Parts: sequence; C-alpha cells; structure tokens
Amino acid sequence: MTSRGRRWFEALAGSTGANPGYPGSLLAADRELGGERVAYIGLAPDPGSRFPRASHGEVGLEEGWFGAKFVRSLIAADRNGTPRPIITVVDSKSQAYGRREELAGIHLAAAAVIAAFAEARMAGHPVIALIVGRAVSGSFLTLCGQANRILAFNDPEVLVHAMYKDAAARITRRSVAELDQLGERIVPMAYDIGSFAKLGGLHRLLDVALPDAPGPATLDQVQSALVEAIAAARSGPRDLSGRLESPGARELRRASLEVRRKMTEQWSEPGA
Amino acid sequence: MNPSETFELSPEVVALGTRRSYIELGARDRARQLLDPGTFRELLGPFDRLESPWLPMQGIVPQSDDGCVVAKGAIGGKPAVAIALEGKFQGGSIGEVCGMKIATALHLARTDNEKGITTGAVLSVESGGVRLQEANMGELVLAEIYAEIVALRLHAPVIAVVAGMTGAFGGMSLATALCSHVVMTRQARLSMNGPEVIELEAGVEELDARDKPFIWSLCGGAQRFATGFADRLVEDDAAQVSAAVVDLLRQGVPEVFRTSMIDLFLSRLAALDTGRQWTPGDIRETWAKGGAR
Repeated sequence: MTSRGRRWFEALAGSTGANPGYPGSLLAADRELGGERVAYIGLAPDPGSRFPRASHGEVGLEEGWFGAKFVRSLIAADRNGTPRPIITVVDSKSQAYGRREELAGIHLAAAAVIAAFAEARMAGHPVIALIVGRAVSGSFLTLCGQANRILAFNDPEVLVHAMYKDAAARITRRSVAELDQLGERIVPMAYDIGSFAKLGGLHRLLDVALPDAPGPATLDQVQSALVEAIAAARSGPRDLSGRLESPGARELRRASLEVRRKMTEQWSEPGA
Repeated sequence: MNPSETFELSPEVVALGTRRSYIELGARDRARQLLDPGTFRELLGPFDRLESPWLPMQGIVPQSDDGCVVAKGAIGGKPAVAIALEGKFQGGSIGEVCGMKIATALHLARTDNEKGITTGAVLSVESGGVRLQEANMGELVLAEIYAEIVALRLHAPVIAVVAGMTGAFGGMSLATALCSHVVMTRQARLSMNGPEVIELEAGVEELDARDKPFIWSLCGGAQRFATGFADRLVEDDAAQVSAAVVDLLRQGVPEVFRTSMIDLFLSRLAALDTGRQWTPGDIRETWAKGGAR
C-alpha cells in the first residue's frame, strides 16, 4: 500500500518524484501551481533502500544529504530570477535509528537539509510545509522547522511530536494514560494536531474530506491553501518571527515573548 | 616525607594537578571561563526569575535560569556572547525558556553584526535533546535556534563546545552540526539518537546501550575528531578549551560550512557497504580514502 505522503505528493506534483541517482525514498519534482513553477519534496517508504533502518519513510543519511542537494540546486537555479516556492509534503515516521546512521553522522545529514531550507527561505524562496501525516521528532525538525508557513491536515492521523507516546512513557517513566492526562492540561505535551496549532507554529489547519484519498475537490482545496500560504510567505518576513507573533503564541508562548523582550532590553544596557 | 622528592612524576600526572577541569564547571562558570576575564555580564540571570512555566504544572521544581546561562562579554578582545547549557538540570534538555534564551542571544548577536559590531558566539552544549515535559514547545524553539545559527554563521563564527559528560544529543546534536566550528573532549559524545533509544527502537543486536566503551568509540570526541565531525579535540582543561575557542573565533567565517559538503558526504556514503554493520574503523578508513572515486 502506498503511504499517505506518497499519494499526496503524486497528486500535487503530478509525478512519482523519482529522480535518477536519488534514493527511492526521496520524492522531488517541479510543477505549475498558481501560475508559477513550484518544487515539491516528499519522503516515502522505500523497501529497497540501501539503509535498512531508513526504509519506512524515516529521515536518514541519504534523505538528509540528497534533500540538501535538491534544495541547494533550486537556490542555485533561481539565483538570478524569482525564487520559486518549495513545498514539502510531510509524512515521515521519524529520523532513522541505527548504528550505521550514528557512525556516518546522521546529525550532520539532518543539519545539512535544515541549513538548505533555512538558506532557501533567507534567499526569498517561500518554503511551505504541508503536513499530511506524521512529522515526529527529527522529521518535524528537518522537513517543517525552517518553513515560512506550515499547513497541516486537521486529522487524527496527523502527528507532530517530540517522541511517540509509548517511547515517551518509557523514557519519562509514566504510563500512556498519565501522558494522555498531562496532555489535557499541558498543551505542548498533547498529541493532537489541534493542540499543536494552539502554540502558534501553524499557519492554517485544513479540514480535508478523505485525507487518505486525494480527489479532485480536495486537491483543489489543498492547492488553493498552498497558493495562499505562498503569497503570505512572500509578503511576510524571511525569518521565523511570524510564529512568535501569532495569536496562538501570544497566548501560550508568553514565556518566550518575555525572554525576547527582557533579553533585548538587557543586551544593550550601558556597561555592556 | 614529601613524595615529589622521591618520585619523578610524569608530565601527564603533573598536568592533572595543575589543570582546571572544564567538565566539572557548571554552566555559569563555563560561560565565565569562555569570556575574557572581567567581561562576563549575565543576561536574564537568576534574579530575573524566568523559569519554565510547564515544569511546575507537572510537579517538577523549575530552576531560575532554566538550565541555560547567557552572558555577554569579549573573547580575544572582541565582542562575543557565551551560551552554556547546564547538563545537571533536566539533562540539559531544551524547553521553552532555555531554548528561547539561546535563540534570542544568537538573534541579538546577528543584529549587532548587521550594525557592524562583529560579535561571535560560543555555545557550550550539554543536552539530551528536547525536554519531553515541554515536547512540542521544544520542537518549535529548536527550529528557531537552527534558523538563528544559520543566519548568524554567515556574519561571525558560531563555535560549539561539547565537553561532557552529558554530550550533545537529539535536537542539540543538529544545532552543534550547524555551528561554524566544533570543539570536543574525549569524554564528550555527539550523536543524534541516544544509545538507549536506538536499542529500544532497533534492538540490542543493533546497539547494546550498556556497552559504554563501544558507545564512546562510535560517537566520542576522539572518533568525531578523527572523522571530521569536530574541528578540535582538547583535553578536559578549561584553558585548552578557551584557547581553542579564541583561535577558532580568530579564523572567522569558514569558506565552506560542513553542512554544505554534500558531494563529499554522498561519495563517502556510496563507498560504504550497507550490507553489513560498520565499525568506527570502517568510517575512518572510508573517510581517509575520500569516499568513492
């Protein structure tokens, strides 16, 4: 069965996203959207992956370095023109957990794609993350973290979190039931996408009928949301300050705002 | 009887007696150590009482600096900001307040650079990654830390110091990898996934988290330096750490960031046989050959 991420990538990009020399897990293609060329990037399970620990849609060594290569090729291609929008179609389990991965420096491979997305954003590419499925831990950090705007399906299968519930319970020595109870009181710990949206990091939640099966109407709806997010990104700042200035952050990131205000004040006090 | 009159001590043993450990210093003393004497000025110190709002809601005692010390001062006579994480508070984990302190300090350093005041940054990392009690808030602030490192490193060096004993894991291993230069000790580890998590996810045959010597051989400072993931390997000596930082700040912005060495790393990956497990020696050999040709 194809993954939700692959189905949405193929529907949006009109292509399988296969590229010669690239790993089968990394989907990348260009297509017209809203009267301009946009680039789509996605991840999907690849049972034939060279790296067994990265064959279920994880961000692994190849996904990081090839992802960075693709994004940097877009920055180079558009250097003297209009920087094209870059849309990540996100449905990725996590980073890859393995001995080979650590030995060959998965931390650097992940950082490489993060740096590429950040530099693309700074160069004026609207970077949009569309979360259609899972964006857990390293997958969120690599594929969504540097986006000007993040969109997510409002759906129970959509998951943004630091760690899956069973692992988090073990590490924090709590039961899954206790984690659920905490999530009801402590918004950053909750596992539903509605709670994540309250923290101010999301541009929009999309109520999509049949999120597993992109059809003409839902495709049209998602494309319109992408076009709107691209326009919003172009008219907004090229850094991530928009997240902190969102209504959600003003409510739930008061501590963040207080840190920023007070440190800015103290930074340039006399005697510095 | 004075033993030193009887025995000839080796230079290493003499050095142990005179050396000041960096690892044993807390975050505040580390920041003080990294800055030129007399220039340390803490921002958002304990009296500002900016604590995690989320930990008390879970019955966990917060700390008045949230495990992160930020100080402005000078390094090698030039304006700099030192940021030090405290591994002894919640494992140096990144929550809203400490994460925002890092991101804001880097942001303000960049603003100064844009005004023509060259300001470098040094980040002393001791962190297990995201603070699970603040989960998604940690993910958001980590993304903001990355954005600020990538923006600042174009103007001035951002130096990561990973001394141990906690090391740099999870989201902070990525932050370390984004920095312009990395300084490590042999005691430090730099790795995305902690050994316990790898064992939990992939099984004990993938990685035995109890085999400490093997874990250090995979991701300890000596291996990371030998395979080019760290730029300097120093002893656990505060003066040596400082000297490395001063020297790397003087070198300025590197011509090529490690995160841009795409073709090199892809050729190395292509040269490795993924049909079997690897040893630390496999990586050293493959890197020495320069990858696939």
